[in-house]
Amino acid sequence: MIPELGHFALVLALALGLIQSVAPMIGARKHDAALMRIASSTALMQFVFVALSFLTLIICYVTSDFSVATVFENSHSMMPLVYKVTSVWGNHEGSMLLWVLILSLFGALVAGFGFNLPATLKARVLSVQSWIACAFYLFILITSNPFLRLPQAPFEGRDLNPILQDIGLAIHPPLLYLGYVGFSIAFSFAIAALIEGRIDAAWARWVRPWTLAAWIFLTVGIAMGSYWAYYELGWGGFWFWDPVENASLMPWLAGTALLHSAVVMEKRNALKIWTLLLAILAFSLSLIGTFLVRSGVLTSVHTFANDPARGVFILAILVLFIGGGLTLFAWRAPMLKQGGLFAPISREAALVLNNLFLTTACLTVFVGTLYPLALEAVTGDKISVGAPFFNLTFVPLFIPLLLAMPFGPLMAWKRGDILGAAQRLMAAFGMALVVIILTFAGDRSSVLAPFGIGLSAFIMMGAVVDIVERLGLFRETFSITRQRAAGLPRSAWGTALAHFGVAVTLLGIVCVTAWATERIVALKPSETVSISGYELTFDGTVQRSGPNFSESAAKFTVRNGGVPIGVMEPSKRSFISRATTTTEAALMTRGMSQLYLSLGDTNNDGSISIRLYHKPMVLLIWLGGVVMALGGALSLSDRRLRVGAPRPAAKSAMQPAE
Amino acid sequence: MRRVAMIGLLLSLVMPGAASAVQPDEMLKDPILESRARDLSRELRCMVCQNQSIDDSEAPLARDLRVLVRERLTKGDSDRQVLNFLVSRYGEFVLLRPRLEWNTLLLWGLPPAALIAGTIALFAMSRRRQNAASEAGTLSPDEKRRLSTLVEPAAPDH
Repeated sequence: MIPELGHFALVLALALGLIQSVAPMIGARKHDAALMRIASSTALMQFVFVALSFLTLIICYVTSDFSVATVFENSHSMMPLVYKVTSVWGNHEGSMLLWVLILSLFGALVAGFGFNLPATLKARVLSVQSWIACAFYLFILITSNPFLRLPQAPFEGRDLNPILQDIGLAIHPPLLYLGYVGFSIAFSFAIAALIEGRIDAAWARWVRPWTLAAWIFLTVGIAMGSYWAYYELGWGGFWFWDPVENASLMPWLAGTALLHSAVVMEKRNALKIWTLLLAILAFSLSLIGTFLVRSGVLTSVHTFANDPARGVFILAILVLFIGGGLTLFAWRAPMLKQGGLFAPISREAALVLNNLFLTTACLTVFVGTLYPLALEAVTGDKISVGAPFFNLTFVPLFIPLLLAMPFGPLMAWKRGDILGAAQRLMAAFGMALVVIILTFAGDRSSVLAPFGIGLSAFIMMGAVVDIVERLGLFRETFSITRQRAAGLPRSAWGTALAHFGVAVTLLGIVCVTAWATERIVALKPSETVSISGYELTFDGTVQRSGPNFSESAAKFTVRNGGVPIGVMEPSKRSFISRATTTTEAALMTRGMSQLYLSLGDTNNDGSISIRLYHKPMVLLIWLGGVVMALGGALSLSDRRLRVGAPRPAAKSAMQPAE
Repeated sequence: MRRVAMIGLLLSLVMPGAASAVQPDEMLKDPILESRARDLSRELRCMVCQNQSIDDSEAPLARDLRVLVRERLTKGDSDRQVLNFLVSRYGEFVLLRPRLEWNTLLLWGLPPAALIAGTIALFAMSRRRQNAASEAGTLSPDEKRRLSTLVEPAAPDH
């Protein structure tokens, strides 16, 4: 009964979605307020019904109702409760339901919080959003119904893939989907604007908070996924250039470019057409990501589905929305009026440069990910494009971008002064130089690392200089500085913080790449291995059993300079129901660095093979992502974006130029 | 998750008890040779895995390839010779960084081409728009004539 209820709720959501796809569009055309108003109610109700549907699926999993096919395939009655819940989206059908849940959530949020939008724009946005929703409701109902019943209910489930039995599954996919799907709003806004044939700075102001929210979630989601892969995969890498990772990186790059170009559009009414294109591209790349992961085209393990019917359906959705969106763009965009002019050296130009590099980097990832598929389809030749390719092409594109980053916020709008900006960055240059020299003096083993660290210091100081300049710190009196700090828009703080976060991540990547150490050895009990000042003694192996697995854990005592500082217990888990083994690495955090210990084979002579890493400053990689997201959140809390109206003059007369 | 799941699945079918990536017994005594072997391993694909180098992979095939690379190196092959040998045996598919050939021209060429084309387009656009802006500042003779008739005090209508 309960799964049928969920199924029925999804069908009702589709029915509402179909109404919302048509009625508000007609209403907007005929200026019929009643028809346009339908959109808000249907958007809210769509969310209610999809949420209900999702809730029933959770109930099926929690109560271990194995008469439902997906529950039988992916759950087990002995699993801990948290994994019973997370296994709802640990498979194709459930994850698609999560996808539409988030899609309808964003629709409902626009309906609920979009009170400052013009009625016709709002109606059209919600209508377009509903087109996307309907396509995916149909996809689920026709090809991937999570509520399908088995003729005879089995006694026990097949268990969730052991790799997914981790807290990472609880957090990573929902965050990633909030980001992916969040870009659908920017897409809907772009399509609605193209249909209306009118676009102005206000449009950018309305779109920006949604884009920013999606970007924040995507940033945290990618960082979280990277950390999950790091500790779960057992060889301590943080980024593998796997097609599935690339699928999430592409929308992030396009979304980051979109955020920056939308600023130009909002402030200077320029780059309108480009911003529209980016809004369409960001979501298109999300759709392509969904296609890559969900269709089985990569036959990667991330791909839970290998059913060609699904692949073709998603491909059809892809062609419809990307093709339709770009066609509409090509047709209507030339009719839009061009906006403000700016000099080649200006804040606008700096942001254009940012966009050039970000989109080229995005293209590089796109080509690298899809080229092997395309080549095989066209010529039958099989090639591989992996990490060495991306390191060689992507990294050089990012370095100029990072070098230019501190300059952008210091330039004036319309006509900037690059020498002035450089002068104000003197402190940052000096700092970077000192850091480079100190790093060289401390360690000569790597030539590139000091420059990487110098670059990171330059960006960090650049972000500090940006704020210091805005506040007039060290130049003005304390009370003026304080007044300015109070008057400074939160978006300015957010920009500085997010840029600082990029530098933090960069620092982590450089340190790990240059100075990570590794020991691969076989140890017998009571033998010791040392790495970067730590000694690990193998104490012995213990057998334990968990709720649905048995594990063999090796116990290591860790000493630093002879003083015991803790115990590390890497293990191998055997999951009986799936007859698989997973390797659970042990991590020990020391400041921002980590010791990483992973088990290999047990050898015939009683010794065990281990891989031991010391990863200096590794946590900074993900911490930087969190800092970036915090910067985004700070920017999102800016009054301008919440109210959507020009900021009234603050009480203090000293209003720093933005 | 991904790779390990796949490999776990494969291994559970093929052999009991998974082997892990680079094993102590595979490693060469000579540290310089060993570090060359590691660098090469990162460039080579484990052919039965998804997008995984033989350095990372736990699959038996990856182990065979790692041993093979080390054998060639101890026999005195240069890095390039090792790669050539593996390509002749397993095809271009084994390389994680494809060589520049006619069928990878677009792969290597598109990103720099896009960057160059984008830069040129930006310059052209900025030039065009500045010209347009400066032209907008000056009036054509026809416009001047029309302006003067507009500015001339016209006879009152009423």
